[in-house]
Amino acid sequence: MNKKSTRILAYPYLVWMAGFTVIPLLMICYYGLTDRTGAFTLDNILAVASTEHMKALWLSLSLSLISTLICLLISYPLALILRQHHIGKSSFVVFIFILPMWMNFLLRTMAWQTLLEKNGVINSLLSVLRLPPLAIINTPAAIILGMVYNFLPFMVLPIYNVLAKIDDNVMNAARDLGADNVTTLTKILLPLSIPGIISGITMVFVPALTTFVISNLLGGSKILLIGNVIEQEFTRGSNWNLGAGLSMVLMVFILISMTLIAKYDKNGEGTAF
Amino acid sequence: MNQPLIDLVNISKSFDGELILDDLNLSVKENSFVTLLGPSGCGKTTTLRIIGGFVSPDQGRVIFGGEDITRMPPNKRQLNTVFQKYALFTHMNIAENIAFGLKIKGKSKDYIRDKIKYALKLVNLDGFENRSVDSLSGGQQQRIAIARAIVNEPRLLLLDEPLGALDLKLRQDMQYELIRLKNELGITFIYVTHDQEEALTMSDTIVVMNQGYIQQMGTPEQIYNEPENAFVADFIGESNIVDGIMLRDELVEIFGARFACVDKGFGQRTPVDVVIRPEDIDLVKPDDGTLTGVVTHLIFKGVHYEMEVTTDGGFEWLVHSTDMFPVGQEVGIHVDPFDIQIMNKPASEDEEAVGVNE
Ligand SMILES: Nc1ncnc2c1ncn2[C@@H]1O[C@H](COP(=O)(O)OP(=O)(O)OP(=O)(O)O)[C@@H](O)[C@H]1O
Ligand SMILES: [Mg+2]
Repeated sequence: MNKKSTRILAYPYLVWMAGFTVIPLLMICYYGLTDRTGAFTLDNILAVASTEHMKALWLSLSLSLISTLICLLISYPLALILRQHHIGKSSFVVFIFILPMWMNFLLRTMAWQTLLEKNGVINSLLSVLRLPPLAIINTPAAIILGMVYNFLPFMVLPIYNVLAKIDDNVMNAARDLGADNVTTLTKILLPLSIPGIISGITMVFVPALTTFVISNLLGGSKILLIGNVIEQEFTRGSNWNLGAGLSMVLMVFILISMTLIAKYDKNGEGTAF
Repeated sequence: MNQPLIDLVNISKSFDGELILDDLNLSVKENSFVTLLGPSGCGKTTTLRIIGGFVSPDQGRVIFGGEDITRMPPNKRQLNTVFQKYALFTHMNIAENIAFGLKIKGKSKDYIRDKIKYALKLVNLDGFENRSVDSLSGGQQQRIAIARAIVNEPRLLLLDEPLGALDLKLRQDMQYELIRLKNELGITFIYVTHDQEEALTMSDTIVVMNQGYIQQMGTPEQIYNEPENAFVADFIGESNIVDGIMLRDELVEIFGARFACVDKGFGQRTPVDVVIRPEDIDLVKPDDGTLTGVVTHLIFKGVHYEMEVTTDGGFEWLVHSTDMFPVGQEVGIHVDPFDIQIMNKPASEDEEAVGVNE
């Protein structure tokens, strides 16, 4: 194929990008930087400094960070086990693992709601067993649980993909040179899997930071994440300008964290001694 | 100095119910260059991995310097491996790669720095300390893999087809470099290849393997000049392998013609395999030959002509000669008695499958 015809093939994607990414972004910027009358203002952005918004942002940041960390701690050993036993190749286990992802995201989260409710499945079971009830519905813990449950596969898969590509002989070479299992893990496997860890973190942290569905369903009405605040401005409050302004702040946060992670990656390569 | 450094005793190994190594015994002397040679899938890498500790044998023992190391993990063994596809650590630069083993052993920074310099000089890559693995050519990566292994001063170095991925010229250069390295360092080498020329050039001892068995073990001269069976003869260099009948001591019949030879003790009228190297066949005038045939193919190979001479039974003899005989010419075949190798027909059917008659 020559250059010209391949370029033509790119047009549909360009149209798609323009229509569904660039234009909405520009519109958010427009709304965020204007007031109801259409006059330029920074108020919508500065509004983030209010205690209420700062609290929501802070809560979102901490909950999504904690969830990302938990996902990472669960996923890495899991991905290692999948790799070690070449389970990834017999796709059945992976299939079982991915199966819940085929269910609607909303449905899965609502299922957790019924499980965790005061008189829900888990508590009924506990009372039958004469154990104290579990009171985590409508707490940050329930939100973290929902985030970890929903986003875990997005951490496992990129890490597994990177690990699976590491040649067995690279690990054998480390062992051959005297490294025990722990050293092989910390000096060889971990550094080599950093790209997977980073994309895993990105794929969990960003949706967790912006979610409002999980906090709505599992956090009750009292716990407001920044995602809930923005959602409410767009729906109930009908203040699109404020919602857009806060979204922009959130985007900047995400950009900053991604840059920090990418930078850490470069420094993480270390020097000779 | 000539103690056995490593002894493989009655080693057997199966994968998925398939027997890969069958009761293998191998003894390697200190300071020798031993090559495992054999076709793809014959168990060379498996043997090496058992010595390295990456695979544990189903049966048998691995003795290293008098100590049984069969169950010892690889990181405790005093040997190093150069892997088939280098297996360098791509997230480290060259210096870090070479330093890896030394850092684990807790050597001082000065010691490590000197060792890296020394090793890089040894493999002719001075000044490559800060290069990344990706920026190196295949041959250079190979040499780094060797440097990374030898800085640890192992008593034994295992090399699994280390030159397999290199082009011919680089291969030959590296062959000489490896021999030089071995002599300079005084390390025992166990080397795996399926290239018979490489084996003949480099080794003190060649171990010819096929289907999990050792077919023959000996010096390159012994393996080439006195192959013990048809498989070895066929695998090492080119050869004509024909059915013959040993009429009595020093006389063998091939295609109805009688050839004088030097072998004895096969009994009378015993069917045997006769091996004659292409360069050992002299083409003469039809009347002077023991057999007569017609030249059916002629190729110029640089150093010699390669010809195919078809004799009455339809057998095509491969002949190497500096004299040229045109296609269609009738010629006589003469072979000096000491150039004829007689070997027993393989006893079992198992081995029969092995003797290739091409
Ligand atoms: N981990 C394993 N699981 C199952 N089968 C294996 C394993 N390792 C090796 N084999 C089998 O054992 C046989 C010998 O393999 P090995 O790697 O030792 O051959 P090789 O002589 O090194 O061949 P090559 O010249 O192609 O490298 C092959 O048939 C291979 O398929
Ligand atoms: Mg091999």
